[in-house]
Formats: sequence, C-alpha cells, structure tokens
Amino acid sequence: MAALHEITATVNGERRRGHAEARKTLADFLREDLALTGTHLGCEHGVCGACTVFVDGVAVRSCLMFAVQADGAEITTIEGIGPADGTLGPVQQAFRDCHGLQCGFCTPGFIVSVHAFLADNPQPSDAEIREALSGNLCRCTGYQGIIAAVKQAAVTLAGGEKVAAPAGATH
Amino acid sequence: MSTGSISAGRFMGQRVPRKEDARLLTGRGTYTDDIQLPGMLHAAFVRSHVARGTIAKLDTSAALALDGVVAVFTGDDLNDGVGSMQPTMMLEAGGPPLKPLTVGEVRFVGDPVAIVVAETRYLAEDAVDLVELEIDPLPPIVDPEASATDSDLVHPELGTNVNALAEVPPDPEWAELLAGAAHVVKARLTQARQTPVPMEARSVVARFDPASPQLDIWMATQSPHDQRAVFSRLTGVPEHHVRVQAKDVGGGFGQKMFTQREEQIAILAAVKLHRPVKWTEDRRENLMASTHARADIIDCTVALDAEGRILGSYVDLLEDCGAWPVGANGGAGGAAAAQFPGPYRIPKHAFRSRSVWTNTCARGAYRGPWLLETVAREEMLDIVAREIGMDPLELRRKNVIRQEELPYPSPMGYPYDVMTCDLTLEQAAEAIDYESFRKEQQRALEEGRLLGLGIGLYAEPTAMPFGALSVGIATVRVHQTGKVHVSVGSGDHGQGTETTIAQIVAEELGVDYDDVVVLQGDTDVAPFGAGTGGSRTAVVYGNAARQAALEVREKVLRIAAHLMEAAAEDLEMEGSRISVRGTPARAMTLAEVALTAHNNTMALPPDVTPGLETVAQYDAPLAWSNACQMCTVEVDRATGQVNILRYLVSEDCGTMINPMIVEGQVAGGVAQGIAGVLYEHLVYDDDGNPLTTTFMDYLVPTASEIPDIEYFHIETKANSPNGAKGVGEGGAIGAPPCVFNAVADALALVGARVYDQPLTPDRVLAALTAAAASQ
Repeated sequence: MAALHEITATVNGERRRGHAEARKTLADFLREDLALTGTHLGCEHGVCGACTVFVDGVAVRSCLMFAVQADGAEITTIEGIGPADGTLGPVQQAFRDCHGLQCGFCTPGFIVSVHAFLADNPQPSDAEIREALSGNLCRCTGYQGIIAAVKQAAVTLAGGEKVAAPAGATH
Repeated sequence: MSTGSISAGRFMGQRVPRKEDARLLTGRGTYTDDIQLPGMLHAAFVRSHVARGTIAKLDTSAALALDGVVAVFTGDDLNDGVGSMQPTMMLEAGGPPLKPLTVGEVRFVGDPVAIVVAETRYLAEDAVDLVELEIDPLPPIVDPEASATDSDLVHPELGTNVNALAEVPPDPEWAELLAGAAHVVKARLTQARQTPVPMEARSVVARFDPASPQLDIWMATQSPHDQRAVFSRLTGVPEHHVRVQAKDVGGGFGQKMFTQREEQIAILAAVKLHRPVKWTEDRRENLMASTHARADIIDCTVALDAEGRILGSYVDLLEDCGAWPVGANGGAGGAAAAQFPGPYRIPKHAFRSRSVWTNTCARGAYRGPWLLETVAREEMLDIVAREIGMDPLELRRKNVIRQEELPYPSPMGYPYDVMTCDLTLEQAAEAIDYESFRKEQQRALEEGRLLGLGIGLYAEPTAMPFGALSVGIATVRVHQTGKVHVSVGSGDHGQGTETTIAQIVAEELGVDYDDVVVLQGDTDVAPFGAGTGGSRTAVVYGNAARQAALEVREKVLRIAAHLMEAAAEDLEMEGSRISVRGTPARAMTLAEVALTAHNNTMALPPDVTPGLETVAQYDAPLAWSNACQMCTVEVDRATGQVNILRYLVSEDCGTMINPMIVEGQVAGGVAQGIAGVLYEHLVYDDDGNPLTTTFMDYLVPTASEIPDIEYFHIETKANSPNGAKGVGEGGAIGAPPCVFNAVADALALVGARVYDQPLTPDRVLAALTAAAASQ
C-alpha cells in the first residue's frame, strides 16, 4: 500500500485529522475517513457538482481535489452548512418550501453552490440563477423547485419576509 | 383556471412539506454507498473492452498477488450452481439465459467478466488493471435492422436475434380500408438511445452470515421485496433469511426496478467470502453498462377520411434491446405498439413489434418504458396534419374521445373509463392562447423567424394489473403513546412516499401529520409490495393505507365508546382527540385509548382484541391518467439551436394527495423528455464502442436548458376509494412529442422536415439546408 499522509483540517468548525494516500480524493476522504457521507459522488469527473464543498471559503468539487491538498484548510460540508442545532438554514429551508429536492442525492452540492452564489450575488436575476446553477445536475426536479428556492433564499438572506413560493407557476 | 382539490382535507390535497427533506437537506440521509460495515470489502469489475469476441486469455494471478486484494472471481468461480437471476415476473421469460459473469463470448463493451474484491476501492481498481484479459474480436452486430435479418447471431445458441415478437396482424378489411381512404400517411420515426441517469448510480452492500444463515443487503433499488426473492433464488438462502433495505435511494426512473447482473455478482462474492462486500457503480459504468432505453424505429401508417377522421392505423416497431435485456424490457414493445391509438377514436389498429438483440448494453426500464406509443402517435398526427392541410389542434379535436363517449372500448381492448383527454386538450389550448400564437407565428415568419408550437396528448395506464404491480398492502400501527407507524412495500427513490402516505393516514385516522411516520424500503419492516415504479404508489399503497387507517380508526372509536360510555357512531376523532359529536367537552385522547389497548386489556370491550394495528390489502384496477402538454419554441436558423419559449402541462391524475409533489413529478418527467429530444444521446460507433461515457459527452440538461413549466390541473376522481391515479411517468411520456412537434412545426414553415431524435443543432441545420436546396 502506498504511503499515507497526515491531513489536518478544520471541518465544519472542528479540527479533524486523518491519514490518506496521496491519490485519495477529498470527497472520499470526507466520506470514508471522516464519515461525512452527506457529500455525494455523482460522476467523479467534475461535471455533476454533487460533491461540492467549501474549501477556504471557495466552493470546489471535492472529487477533483486530493485530500492532501486540503491539509490545513477550512472545509464546510453539507453537515456543517446549517445552524449548529441541526435545524435548517435559509437556503435549506427554501429548498424544502419550494420542493427543490426529490431524491436528495444532488441536493448537498446544490445547497453549497447556492450559498456560494448568493454570497457573490445577493440579488440575482432569473437568468443569473440559471447560469449559476448550471454547474450542478439534478435529474428529478427539472430545476423548477430549485430555481424557486434560490429566489426565496435570496429574499430571506437579504432580511426580507420569507415569500411562500410555490413549486412553480400553478394555475 | 384553478380547480382546487376536490378532496381537500386537513392534509389531503395540501402542499404539505415533505418528511424526507430534513435529513436530505442536512446531509443525514443514508444512501447505499454511505453504509460502512466492519470488515467490509470493495468490489470492482473487469469488463469487456470490445463489443463482441471470444475470451482468449483471462489471467488473474497478477491481480491476486497485489497486497490488499482478497479475491478475483471469474465466471468459472461464481457461475456454477446459481439460481435464476430474473425478477419474479420474468421467471418464465425466454431469451438468453442470464449468468453472473460472462465466459466464452463477450457480447457488449462493458460485459462483466471478472470481479475483484479488495480492502479498498482504490486497490480493487488497481487490481482490475492487473487482470490480463485478451479477447479475439468478432464482427459486432450493432445495427438493429441488421440484427433483425438474422444473418449473424448475438446469441447463436438461440437461433435468432428476435428477443420478443408481438403481433396483431391487419384483418382482411385493412387493405380495403387503405384503398378507400381519402388520405393514407406513412412515416418512419425514431427515438435515440438514452439512459435513465439517476444521480446516484447503482450500489449494493451485501453481508452474509453463514451460521444463521442470514443475508443482509443494502441496495439502491426501487423494489426491495422482489430483490429479496431474486437474491434468495440466486443464492439459495431461504427468502425469510434474506433482508433487503433501501434506505435513501438517489433516483431510479426504472433503472433500479429490476436487479441487474453486477449487484447479483457482488452478492455472490459476499456469500462466498463470508465478508461484507460493497459495490458502487461509477458514472462511466453507469453510462456504458447499466441499462439503456428508447432505441426504437417505428414505421407508422394512418388512414383518414376526407374530413380528417382517422379510420385506422398500423405500426411496425423495432426495438433494440441490447445483448442482455433486463426485466420486462426488451419485450415491452408490444405494449407500445398496441397502445398507439391512445385517446383517439381509431376504430381499427394492427401492429407488429419486434425487439432484437445487438452487441450493445442491455435495454432496461426507463420512465414510460412504452412511451413510444405516445411519441410516435403524436408526432405522426402532426405529420398527418401537415400532409392533409389541417391544423394539428383541429385534427386532434376531431378525433379525441370525448367525455360523452366514455366508457369507450379501445380497439386493442383496453377499457377507457375515467379520462379527460379532451378537457386537458382544451385547457392547454386556452392556456397557451393557441389562436394568438398562430398569428404571432405568421408575424415572426414575415421577419424571417421560425416559431413553432407542439402538442403532446396522451392517456397513460397507471397501476397496471401486471404481476404484483396492482397489489398494495399497508400496515398501520398505533403505538402506546398514540403515535403512528405506517409501513408499505414501496421503494421510494424521490417520490415523497413518506409524505403522501402519511397525509392519507393522518387524514383518515384523524391524527396530526407529525404523528405519522411511514416506514418503507425494508423487507423486514414492510409488508410485501412490488416497490415503486409504473406510476402506482398513490393508487396501490395509498388505497391500502387508507383502508388500514379506517379500520384502526373504527377500533379506536369502539374502545373509546366503551371507555366513555358513548355510542361509537356518536364519536369523532381529529388531531388525535376523540370527542362526542356536539359535546366537545366529553373527550379523550388517542394516547389514552392506545395505552388501554396495549396495557389495560381488562378495560377493553369484551369482543375487542388488544393492540391497535391492522393490515389492509388492495388490488387496484387500472387507472388512466391523462395530460396534454403544449410548448412553443423558436428555432435559430443560423445555428440550429432550439429555444423553448413556453412550456405548459394540463394534467389529470385524479385526486391529488399533494399538488406540490404532483407538480414535482410532472416537472422532472418533462425535463427528461426535453432532454431526450434536444440533448441526450448515447452513441455507439460502428464497432460497438460507446462514445458517450462521461457527462461531458452525454448531455444531461442543466437549469439553463430547462424552461419554466406552467401547471394546469383537472381533478377527476379515479375508480378507486382515494380517487388517485399514477403520475410518476406522465411528464416524461408527453414531453418528447410535444417538443419534437414544436420544432417540426417551426421547420415546416420553410419546408424542412425532421423524423429522428435527438434534434441536435446539426440535425436541425441539416434539415434547413436540405429544404433550402430543394426550393
């Protein structure tokens, strides 16, 4: 077996340590060594975005990064993105309200990507939302509820009233 | 336009937030690959790299020598003595005998020939590279039409390439009908090869305890109970010593309805090694070697009278079912061909359907496995409309079965009882403002722009009485504190079954939604069920759960009546509070009744048994869901790009339990339909090499490609107690012809014609170029 490297990182606010081969991806390290299985692997070639996590404040695809590259980094995964008491944050709540998830497999990646996007662009247009989401694949929702959720989350994060957004245009 | 919900109750018909969401939104779901067991090993497959050939050398010694590799099994190690690998409903099916690992002749790129089991997945994949596999190639059979000639055979021992043949030949009057018809329109239409692409690929964890014996399986499956039976037959472990759990499942769309070879091979490895084995498919394997679908060629003939009334139809379907078709697929084409008349008054119909083996990946179920009936018919109707110079909406109005004609016997003998195709057609036409669009289309054309409108109208048989698919069984248990567990044999993979079944039980039992938890996806916990697939959960499990809840409620009220010295018929229960009607002060709680029922049986009425649980069974009749989809598009004449301008769906799935979930199902299906027409295409080269094995090549649409979808509902109660019809597949069925017809409508403005999917920009441009050249 190849040599193991020690990796120390702050993950979801906690100092975590593990050992991994140089070739082990950050995604596998998070899932297998740190038992943070909320980060999912949908393609392992950097297209689907399901494995998106924050590394030092930047949303990255953890399937395209080696764990050793995250040594010393600050990492936030889906398990740590919401309030510490385990309730839902505004983005998560918006996904629930707007039916922005069905099977839930792609959802952690979307939640992380939407956090990153709304931090950069707190008042996005519809076209900007679609463009921003185009790095994440969802097979269940047709993106209808996800787009509605991003709109709701933008309002909530801006301190506005939570808008009861329907899952889509309903008649 | 809103019809509201005809059945709106406290929970029924409401947009109740989903129970599943809290765990899934916080990363606390449990998908199969999340399972980690002590001593667990990891599997990877050695697969054929050629489409067809004879294995000349398969040397596993170098792989076995790698530190950390526990076993490398070939067909010689695993195939002997295994039982049937078929799902229960296909036990009597013909076709090539399924064996775990291929020996002798490989039959598609991806055909598994060995499994490596190692301490880590990384090591397992290292070892795969060390297995020496040499194959003497043979000329592959890739083209289904070539396959149909039987000039060379995919499975020589079977003597033919035809996997399934279904035929209702034209009767003697057909030729006469054609000769006398004012119009006879013929066209060949195709669907391109696609694949379901659940975001979670296939995955299984198997643990075998030989002493008990006990075989525990965790698996990404839509149908845990049938897998239990399959794995029992496969391994010889008795069914009651097998447990299959599907915790959270990351989509399926049919791909996870029937078990394929790889999961069964991994299970056999675990049984042989007495150690847990995990196999999780990677995306390349999923695109190359899981299941494919849609690859169809259909020749259609439609005869009409001078007024545009359809006199009869004939279709000849050729399905490509790959080398090892899975489950009922590969033999489902007959259903597609037979249902071609759909919701139209077509007095005479005949068909032939053949599925043929090729040296390609297996055909498997995909959302609307026989949706070709709708795709071909609706595309054909637009072709007919153009040929005879009639508006496509008018043609449909003239021929659609109207409310006053129901019940209507379809030419193939399917009874049409409750369906509203005519109503959804009109609702959609009004919503899209059909007449205005036609004027806008003309104005745009004068500016040189190509706009088009497409229609997809259909009726879908849901909860089909086929095998166990119509069977619903539900258990409702009220615990000592008055909290409720419901269990059903579904295999939810995103449909929100924990939510909708809880809504039904809360409504009928008279408790709060939060007091109900639905247990499913576990064979030790739930009663038998045929899983989730085929648009039936709301019908089969919904009605069974409703009945069980009503029976428990009756018992609760009998006990309460005894305790309160009142008459049961004077009691009502809501929010877990039982009170005398009209005298709300006289009340007790469900918790008090439940405590008595379990712990103080002396206080029960003499003829009442202890406990508060019941199991109810329901055998569903076929329920016809129906919908009309309409969309408008603009085709860019310079690039061939299609831009969807508006997309709307008018649907009737009977009583809606949760409109939010209904719309979610519709939207997801529509997106997959759009994807199939405009973006997704699994491509093989002439040598049978798959060319689209990553998401860079196989184009699953993103949020930028899928438009806003508008929903319109008509709620017509189905012929079942809860009034619901299935809705899982409908969106995917109606969307392909809707999008295709819109593009074809735009292209027809300049004389361009298309007949094949996908409508990629190059194909659209080619049609425009050909039309320009012929003018």
